[in-house]
Amino acid sequence: MTTLAARADRAAAVAACHADAVDREGRFPAEAVAALKAERLLGLQIPGQFGGEGAGLSQIAEVCSTLGQACSAAAMVFAMHHIKVSSLVTHGLDSAWHCRLMERIAREQLLVASSTTEAGIGGDLRNSLCAVETSGEVFALGKDASVISYGAQADLILATARRHPEAATSDQVLVALMADQISLVRTGDWDTLGMRGTCSDGFRLEARDVPVEQILPKPFAEIAAQSMLASSHLLWSSVWYGIASYAVDRARAFVQAEARRRPGQVPPTALRLAEVSNAHQAMRGTIVAALRRFEDAHGDADTIGSLGFCVMLNNLKVTVSDMAVDIVRRALSIVGLAGYKNDTPFSLGRPLRDVLSAPLMIGNDRILANTAKLLLVQKSSGQLMSA
Amino acid sequence: MDITQDIREVLGSNEAFAGKADRLSEDDSLFDMGLDSFGSVQLMLALEERFDVEFPDSLLNRKSFATIRAIREAVSTLICRDAA
Repeated sequence: MTTLAARADRAAAVAACHADAVDREGRFPAEAVAALKAERLLGLQIPGQFGGEGAGLSQIAEVCSTLGQACSAAAMVFAMHHIKVSSLVTHGLDSAWHCRLMERIAREQLLVASSTTEAGIGGDLRNSLCAVETSGEVFALGKDASVISYGAQADLILATARRHPEAATSDQVLVALMADQISLVRTGDWDTLGMRGTCSDGFRLEARDVPVEQILPKPFAEIAAQSMLASSHLLWSSVWYGIASYAVDRARAFVQAEARRRPGQVPPTALRLAEVSNAHQAMRGTIVAALRRFEDAHGDADTIGSLGFCVMLNNLKVTVSDMAVDIVRRALSIVGLAGYKNDTPFSLGRPLRDVLSAPLMIGNDRILANTAKLLLVQKSSGQLMSA
Repeated sequence: MDITQDIREVLGSNEAFAGKADRLSEDDSLFDMGLDSFGSVQLMLALEERFDVEFPDSLLNRKSFATIRAIREAVSTLICRDAA
């Protein structure tokens, strides 16, 4: 089978085999990422002329969801990789260097990581302290990156930095740094409740003598508004949907086993399952509607960069991340102790710990505060079937 | 009414442009000069107040507030629409 769904299923099967070990040891999901590369899934989004498959975000989202049902960490690594690739695909076409990079990503199945978080700035994507220091045709960059997910395992890192040492903190560029062009000294360990396999350690990143052509020509402000915001919220949501779906499936199997034991009776837990199925459908509807709106915009910068679109994406993230936690928690209450224990077919400890990261990765309060500002000027709620 | 001068005054009251609004050229990117999303919302509110207009959702995008020239074009459209 070579359909996208079949390739994703095969990679997810590998991810599922190692998910408990990845979680227990807090290690990178190396086997899952090797499977993603073997199935050529890291180049999915790269345009056909560069050797990729030109997949849209909806197709990537489906793979995120499939992987999320198997191993949250592997799914999130895949999502974060494609969030970075979406920035290259959307903003790198005018740059010969970045076009060659896209060819390499597709051909060699390179894994792309992101460095935005910085000591002194925190998770505020749109500000940097570190700056690109150009001399002639090359630049240097030093960054106290308090988090780089799978930084040590990535083949390249896309990092934000101020355009030059005198630039405002919000006047940023995005630079592509190949693993062999940088030194990474670990400054912080990722020892967490869940999502332990993303290996989001802190690093001191140093790069020297990097050709200036590796700086993406578009200002990062545009990249953030036009590709990163949408791809982050849409793909993260799809991973969380996968985690929630796994939990609902466990709960359903549990209720059905109960029903088989007592023919003629509807188990009391079936009512709880009906409730959780309701929430799960609403979650799915929210994500699918957002993906459709994104696809319908056909990359139009004005639509995607508009205030209303930004409010919609912010709302998607807050709603879906809270729903995901709620759904997994409710599935656990259906399954009971069999879910609380770590060694049963119904164990839900790992997915529960993993999904608790959802409201925190870009804290929902931070996102709501941003939405609150945007609502000071937004004029209407739009129509039911269009924006 | 000198719209451009009014726009410069409004910009001058924005944190990102305090003291440098008069030195901006018509086509300097305000975002490159440090205007962030909150700053642009504050700028929209201040412009709505100053010119007694309301920016419709269709104008609430980065392009409308990218430069002094873009702001002037957006404001002029709204003033004409109100006058008509």
